[in-house]
Amino acid sequence: MTEMTKNEIRNFIVESFLFGDTASAPADDASLIENGVIDSTAVLELVAFIEERYGIAVSDADIVPANLDSVARIDAFIQSKVGAVAA
Amino acid sequence: MCGFAGYFGPVREPDALLRRMVGSIAHRGPDEQGIFVSPEAGLGHARLSIVGLADGQQPMSDASGSLTIAFNGEIFNYVELRDELRAKGRSFRTSSDTEVILHLYDEMGEDCLSRLNGDFAFAIWDARRHRMMLARDRMGVRPLFYTQKGGTLYFASEIKALLDAPGVTAELDPIALDQVFTLWAPIAPRTAFVGINELEPASVMLVENGRTTIRPYWSLEFPAADARPADESNSVEELRELLTDAVRIRMRADVPVGSFLSGGLDSSLVSAIAARMTPESLKTFSVSFDSPEHDESAFQQEMAAAIGSEHRTVACRDGDIARVFPDVIRHAERPIIRTAPAPLYSLSGLVRDSGIKVVLTGEGADEVFAGYDLFKEARVRRFCARQPGSRMRPHLFRKLYPYLPGLQQQSVEYLAAFFGVGDATLNDPLFSHRPRFKATSGAKVFYSEALRDTLKGYDAAEDLASRLPRAFTTWHPLNQAQYLETRFLMPGYILSSQGDRMAMAHGIEGRFPFLDHRLVEFAAKLNPEQKLKGLSEKDILRKAAGDLLPTNIRERPKQPYRAPDSQAFTGRGDLGYVGDCLSEDNVASTGLFNPKAVTKLRQKCRAPTSGFRDNAAFVGILSTELWQRSFVQQNRHKEKAA
Repeated sequence: MTEMTKNEIRNFIVESFLFGDTASAPADDASLIENGVIDSTAVLELVAFIEERYGIAVSDADIVPANLDSVARIDAFIQSKVGAVAA
Repeated sequence: MCGFAGYFGPVREPDALLRRMVGSIAHRGPDEQGIFVSPEAGLGHARLSIVGLADGQQPMSDASGSLTIAFNGEIFNYVELRDELRAKGRSFRTSSDTEVILHLYDEMGEDCLSRLNGDFAFAIWDARRHRMMLARDRMGVRPLFYTQKGGTLYFASEIKALLDAPGVTAELDPIALDQVFTLWAPIAPRTAFVGINELEPASVMLVENGRTTIRPYWSLEFPAADARPADESNSVEELRELLTDAVRIRMRADVPVGSFLSGGLDSSLVSAIAARMTPESLKTFSVSFDSPEHDESAFQQEMAAAIGSEHRTVACRDGDIARVFPDVIRHAERPIIRTAPAPLYSLSGLVRDSGIKVVLTGEGADEVFAGYDLFKEARVRRFCARQPGSRMRPHLFRKLYPYLPGLQQQSVEYLAAFFGVGDATLNDPLFSHRPRFKATSGAKVFYSEALRDTLKGYDAAEDLASRLPRAFTTWHPLNQAQYLETRFLMPGYILSSQGDRMAMAHGIEGRFPFLDHRLVEFAAKLNPEQKLKGLSEKDILRKAAGDLLPTNIRERPKQPYRAPDSQAFTGRGDLGYVGDCLSEDNVASTGLFNPKAVTKLRQKCRAPTSGFRDNAAFVGILSTELWQRSFVQQNRHKEKAA
């Protein structure tokens, strides 16, 4: 499940922010901001993707780098939200 | 104001060569053309007649015939200099400022440059010494390019004239492209063309006895941060006097002088001063936009009414930017990452159609008196970096950019991250500009593999940092940021791509009172807090404006001049050339960008939500492909035809 989610997140990032350039894809734990992958508009695109793909609500308080600034963090964030809904 | 071209060294058919070169820049000087040919050197000139209408023809030789000049620009203090020279017994045959330079050079040699207050580029052929001298004004208002081929030096006001010289071809310099995609402009002397250089602002080139030397004759300097502050008691009055005089001498012309009026503080102030000096109504000119976030019409009209100017506006509507963009790139002669020059190109057309050749502008005030948001941003970043965990301080970033909705919605944590608060290195000489360089560099994701290989190991920002003067680290952080803007971006982009080139495309001369070197030197010595007071920009300038402006013009926060970017090329702006330039076939054939990625970018930019990076990438790629089409492909056709 986690690996599949990470793959989807990676694909979304590569397609939407790197325009298909897989060579520039950051490592799972690399910062998307520090590596210049996303800007302020892209953060909102990322949130829209998470909400639509995983059917979870992302509140304003959730939109922080601690949740969304790497593939691994996004994955962990999604798992926690999905887990919370399932519980 | 004009354009010139020339050579020093052996050439074949010099008359035809000079006529060809001058013909390529005839838009700079539509009124008349002239050439001078000697066995060793030649000069050609296209004239826009502004001072000495009847007797200012160029190239101009002195009475002895041993000194000959081709000159582009204006010497605003030529009246005072001529009086001085007359007092020394020199007599003048013309009423032009051109002859003043010749006499002054005869008196002082290249040291004459220190006496000139003006916007100029010129070449003086000194037959006595067999010496060619090229020089350019302090701030880089007027352009001058050169190249060497087969032992001959060729030079011209625009690169397109150099492409007429034998053996000179157009080839894109990948380093220059990377500088544009990082810093917004090539770092002079580099240009977008391999092997073609620009003479840096405030520099003189001497070619004599087979030797070429280039040296600066002036430099922008600031006091050490720990120096005793200058006396502030009379500085507001001094500024108003200096600015008034800078406008006064820039009103000197034998043709009417108009003024750009954006509705902001700077051009409003210049227009207000000029209106007081104009016996009839001053003619003012503005751009309006359909999009409310770009439009300042209400302020422009209010200001025009306040000073009683005869005001005209060019409307920049859906599709207009795309319509003129290929011409903009042809004139700018470099890839650009913003469309902002395009409306100014149209505005200059309006000025020309109104019968005006000379316009004052407010350009330069934001560099000299710290008006740009970037200066405030750097101050807020330093403020945040002192307490990296603060949840309050990053809120200030929202206040800085009310016109960027994407930023308004960000959490405090994201704001801190985007502006590099956590990893900021306060001693970094490029501290103020790092976020801009980083955001712009995001567009490099579209580079092709081949371009990445070519650029491997090159870092444009570090290249820039290596060119800073030794004293730079001793300056106040605001002055450091001002230096970076004034010394690099202003001549490299603002004064060229948005300034000289767009105006001269229509034979219009822009004049810049805020770039009078006396004002620049005055502002450099000010206490930084007099310029940026807290987060209030251009504080001393607002004070100096006093009763010249309506209160809400004087007090309104700066609205940066922007134009629609990728959105300009959708809808009515989606013209045939856009699809041709960005097609996978074309992008693959020029080899600079990844064709499939560019296709995705084009699709993405059709949505109204594209951010800074996507916009910069779109405009940067489109302009690069247009540049290729305009220069490289056209050059190949010319070679084939020859």
